[in-house]
Amino acid sequence: MNGGQDLGGQMGFGPVRPEEDEPIFHGDWEKRVLALNIAAGAMGHWTIDESRHARESLPPADYLSFSYYRIWLEGLSNLLVAHGFATPAELEAGAPATPPLQPRRVLKGADVPAVLRRGFPYERPAQAPARFAVGDGVRTVVMHPPHHTRLPRYARGKRGTIERVSGCHVFPDTGAQGQPETAQWLYTVVFTGPELWGRDADATSSVSIEAWESYLEPG
Amino acid sequence: MSGHDHHHDHDNHFTPIEARVRALESLMVAKGYVDPAALDAIVETYETKIGPRNGARVVAKAWSDPDYAQRLKADGTAAVAELGYGGRGGEHIVACFNTPEEHNLIVCTLCSCYPWPVLGLPPVWYKSPPYRSRAVLDPRGVLADFGVTLPEGQRIRVWDSTAETRFIVVPLRPAGTQGWSEEALAAIVSRDAMIGTALPSAEARR
Repeated sequence: MNGGQDLGGQMGFGPVRPEEDEPIFHGDWEKRVLALNIAAGAMGHWTIDESRHARESLPPADYLSFSYYRIWLEGLSNLLVAHGFATPAELEAGAPATPPLQPRRVLKGADVPAVLRRGFPYERPAQAPARFAVGDGVRTVVMHPPHHTRLPRYARGKRGTIERVSGCHVFPDTGAQGQPETAQWLYTVVFTGPELWGRDADATSSVSIEAWESYLEPG
Repeated sequence: MSGHDHHHDHDNHFTPIEARVRALESLMVAKGYVDPAALDAIVETYETKIGPRNGARVVAKAWSDPDYAQRLKADGTAAVAELGYGGRGGEHIVACFNTPEEHNLIVCTLCSCYPWPVLGLPPVWYKSPPYRSRAVLDPRGVLADFGVTLPEGQRIRVWDSTAETRFIVVPLRPAGTQGWSEEALAAIVSRDAMIGTALPSAEARR
């Protein structure tokens, strides 16, 4: 979706301002938001892509002005309500008023090191040969789906070159909508600066994206 | 400064967002969705076990051991796993080696994708609109915000982390570091150098 999250090439935000000796967290509540997001995700009721969609569905003015942990807090709250795990009133009160749903899994403290170390690999066995090979010219599709996608606006309808074929990876666009998991070939596609940004762009710069096969056409 | 007594500032003086997060956690624990011990273990992991020193060890080893550098180039995930790193937020790792001809810069324009197992949690600026918007459009301008100017003629390559593949920059080994131990080398590899917004230098050694 063309939400507040799709930032590549937007202007007017001013310079990057790194914080000297930045702490890992700016307050205890950020730690809890991080941990709650990971633990809630481990229940297994939504994919990482659906959680991204919950964040990018915030009104753009909110998305652009909230801190990132605030965005995570809003996204998680909305997911819990959407999946029936909580009501808005319960979130407000901090106490149950309805019976809990039974989660598929509950991440236990003792299992955290192993679960984090294992992660959640996204590569899947290939069901068909890759359509493109390293060195092939491609053109990204033009689309403006109302749902989640990982093809940024600045890279739609652009000519690029396949630099790497990364195996078949879980396809985010459908998984974010709660559809059964599918996988597609994933490619690194490189674009020149001028292809993306026009004739005045820095010709000594290039940008790559990771693109699923359905984002690409021969070009 | 006033002499006002702040001893009471614990129980009922949460900011609205602190109060909301406490309510959320209380609810999720009460409903049996999360184990409080798991929450603590997650926080502890990212406060004490996973951070940019992991990535610095990877870079220092790549600088010291050409065979390791080759393995890191060929399969980043397997090579960082040799040092015990990997997992959540870095299931698929690609190492981007700077060369005299090309400098690499990592961004996630769509969210905050970042190689957690080797760099830890991303800094605020990495997740914020100024960096995410401009890194792809004006990467040299972004580097200037960090006080970095690339040598004349060096190209710049920006990696937008749009999938679960996560990138770590392997900077060029700076001059004046011949004979250094891996430990000494790791000490001059900063988080930002592995994002691409800084260049390591031998002078950083204390």
